[in-house]
Amino acid sequence: MADSITITCVKHIETYVDSSSSKSPSQQDASLDALAKLLMNDMITLELLVREMEMYLTTTDNITRARGILLLAELLTRISSKTLENNTIHSLIGFFADRLSDWRALRGALVGCLALMRRISGTGAISGSDANAVAQSFMQNIQVQSLGQHDRKLCFEILECLIDSYPDTVLPMEDEFVYVICEAIDDEKDPQCLLITFHLVEILAKLYPESSSSLASYAEDLFNILGSYFPIHFTHPKCDDDVKREELSRALMLAFASTPLFEPFSIPLLLEKLSSSLPSAKIESLKYLSYCMDKYRGNTIQEQHEALWSSLKDAILTSAPSSLTLDPGYQDNKVVDEALILLQKLIQQDNDSFSFLKLILKDVDINMTLKNLSNYNSYDDITVTDKQRLNAVGQILYVSAAASNASCNAIFQSFFSELVNGLRSMMQEKDPARPKFGYLYICVDLLTACRTLVKPTEVTYDDNETWCTMLHSFCTLLTSTFVKTMKESTHNIYTHSGVRGLQILASFPGNFFPVSKSTFEDILVEFISIIIIKFNNASIWRSVLNALVEIASLIEKSDDFEKMASFDVVVVERMLALLSSDDFSMPFSLKVEAVSTIGMTNLKYMLKIVQELDTAISASLQKYWLDGNSNSAEYAMLLLECYGYKVLPWFQNTKDTDNVPMHFALKIWDEIEDNTLFCDSLNEKKLLETTMNGMKHAVASSSKLIPLMVDGLAILSEDVQNRDIVYNLLLVLSGIMTDKNGQEVIVENVYMVIMCLNKLVFYQHMMLVRETAIQCLTAMSDLPYARVYRFRPEVLQALSRALDDPKRSVRQEAVRCQQAWASISSRSL
Amino acid sequence: MCSVSRTTASGDKREGDIKDPEHPYSLEELKVITEDAVEVDDKRNYVRVTFTPTVEHCSMATVIGLCLRVKLMRSLPSRFKVDIKVAPGTHATEDAVNKQLNDKERVAAALENPNLVDMVDECLTPSYE
Repeated sequence: MADSITITCVKHIETYVDSSSSKSPSQQDASLDALAKLLMNDMITLELLVREMEMYLTTTDNITRARGILLLAELLTRISSKTLENNTIHSLIGFFADRLSDWRALRGALVGCLALMRRISGTGAISGSDANAVAQSFMQNIQVQSLGQHDRKLCFEILECLIDSYPDTVLPMEDEFVYVICEAIDDEKDPQCLLITFHLVEILAKLYPESSSSLASYAEDLFNILGSYFPIHFTHPKCDDDVKREELSRALMLAFASTPLFEPFSIPLLLEKLSSSLPSAKIESLKYLSYCMDKYRGNTIQEQHEALWSSLKDAILTSAPSSLTLDPGYQDNKVVDEALILLQKLIQQDNDSFSFLKLILKDVDINMTLKNLSNYNSYDDITVTDKQRLNAVGQILYVSAAASNASCNAIFQSFFSELVNGLRSMMQEKDPARPKFGYLYICVDLLTACRTLVKPTEVTYDDNETWCTMLHSFCTLLTSTFVKTMKESTHNIYTHSGVRGLQILASFPGNFFPVSKSTFEDILVEFISIIIIKFNNASIWRSVLNALVEIASLIEKSDDFEKMASFDVVVVERMLALLSSDDFSMPFSLKVEAVSTIGMTNLKYMLKIVQELDTAISASLQKYWLDGNSNSAEYAMLLLECYGYKVLPWFQNTKDTDNVPMHFALKIWDEIEDNTLFCDSLNEKKLLETTMNGMKHAVASSSKLIPLMVDGLAILSEDVQNRDIVYNLLLVLSGIMTDKNGQEVIVENVYMVIMCLNKLVFYQHMMLVRETAIQCLTAMSDLPYARVYRFRPEVLQALSRALDDPKRSVRQEAVRCQQAWASISSRSL
Repeated sequence: MCSVSRTTASGDKREGDIKDPEHPYSLEELKVITEDAVEVDDKRNYVRVTFTPTVEHCSMATVIGLCLRVKLMRSLPSRFKVDIKVAPGTHATEDAVNKQLNDKERVAAALENPNLVDMVDECLTPSYE
């Protein structure tokens, strides 16, 4: 029955199979799509199609046969969701499996096999024996490395599919199969293919149990193939945009770690590459080692501990920077970072035997460095190499101690008392300008480490640990050493060490017994005395202020009530007293900065401070108006700026604080009201500007202020004498409109604002007021349409009268405003 | 007199920026409208504008007139009566155009047409900048 559909089919088939240049690739693709569509819509059956194609599938003309088989294969790929009968699938897969021997038509055979193998059982899939047939034919007929890139990729995908979807077929093949894979992937160079081959090794290794003899016997060969690619390095940069180096590196890493059988080979290789001089090779090795540690569970690791420690130590010692920072755990150097991560992992994994940790504790270099600490007199005496060494040792001890309570105990037991003795001798020395820096440095590192072990969320602490007991016994000595260093040293690095040490001691949770409440309060007292007395040294002043802020934030986060109370009494109250005192030795700006910075850590503190600030502002303003003292004006400006730029924005991020901005604004208005002499001096202008800025922020934070402002404007505009105030208030309003937060506030009160402005458009006493009011109205036309459209008629009415204003600038503004409001609707005038 | 020149100056500057719908030049640049052709009487609330299309068969004459009217409507207080006429002898269908431009109902109807309104707005946009 040669109906029209069949004829169409045949035409499409012929188009696709035609290998002469008369048919373009896009035409052929179109035919393929058309055929696929016919199949999917059940206009023709697959059986019919195959029958029509018989000639092309079996012809002796190689090229035509290749095209024919490829056509069928591509069609099968496209109809993967169509349900097919098992017989059909069985005969098709048999055909394609057989065609794997036909090297001229290999592409089609590979595509066909893959298409059928990827089918899911819901719509008809191949059986286990079919898969077996494919595997056998593959192993017999295909030499993967002799094929082109695209075909090799298909081969690897078939192997991948076999392992993923038909593992039962592959398992019994053992030796044969593993051998075939080795042969197939050996010497592969294409990045896309390599991605698949690495994945192949990974899933192959996971497929066979460790006890499998075939995998064990091939493990070395397989690993040698993999190992030759490490570390990943593209010979032609940017030769393949699709596959990135990181992707390949990660795939290789997964393959390395896929079975413990690789362990005896991978670790030596990685350690070898770790000693290379190329930083990127070092980093890669460290990353791989880290990852493999997690996956291997064997005992070979133990045997490798010495080699591992030696390589890691070398890597850290040679790559550590020579600048000593007081913040362990942050290094700018990737090699050191990765090495330290691995180090910590090794210690943590080692919790039973501690063999790795023992290597560190007994290490000659570390012990020597610690003994030599007594040789470094002042910081400047330390040579660059020694600084590097000190840094490296500090880092190593830090991560080792921070790894676990057990390791911390061991480190403290080995080293801590010696360090403390060093500090003790420091304290007894008459000459404070030459303290032993090394002891300080390592001490701070160890303290930081043990601090990380105390998690703030735990309610009870494991206070039975050895290190806790040791810390407890040395706490007082540590505190006094740090205090002495902080107060008496002239070199910044010493004072900062002291501050840092004290800060860490103060940041332990309140119920942590080694650091008592009195120690905590003593530390706070020392800090506050620096703030109040040592303000001339900017660097230490700032670092102490920062330390206080950190402590306060920690207390706030952990809700430690006891500590909060201590902090309140010792620090906050003192600072408030500072603000109101008449002691002019400390610059006012520093006082304000200190008070406001501490306030920002906690709402309770801030509320107290705000009260004090309010009082201070009123006092300064009144003083200024009374006797024109420029100092008072300056104080007032500092306070207002602090309020406007720091305090009020801080409140905006906190809830339940509408009242603060409102009280502030009302207070300011009260002051202004009482003193309406605005003369022209420069000081005045600046003061006014600062006041207005503060008001702007206040109003933006508290929407209750707008009604007050509007009422104020209404009342004030009745008396011609108030015209300057009216103008200034209007300027504040226009300022609010330009601010994003302010706009929200305006929108909430749009009715009364517009009504107010509409009236001010006719304010007879001052042209600027009329002009500004119209400009404000123009700005308001940009607000959300839904909120403002209903006022459009009233506004336009007011403006049409304003067009007749005696002053030209007002008329011009009115035209602009009218245009703005007219065009918010689709209808024009 | 001083009041006349004031309004003239402001009204003219604005008209000078009205775009011709077909060309990228303004009406003033094309000499379609000049300062002399604008008469203002502030006391009697009366403005008359006479414009000269570039060619006799100008098909855009009504649109130009409409633009002028809209611009004046938006810029003058409502007390003014506005008269817009084609300069005598400069257009083939002078009477018809004049009738159209000064008929309140026809103007209102024109402004209901969204396409026309868009065109007018586009022509007038430069004059507001």
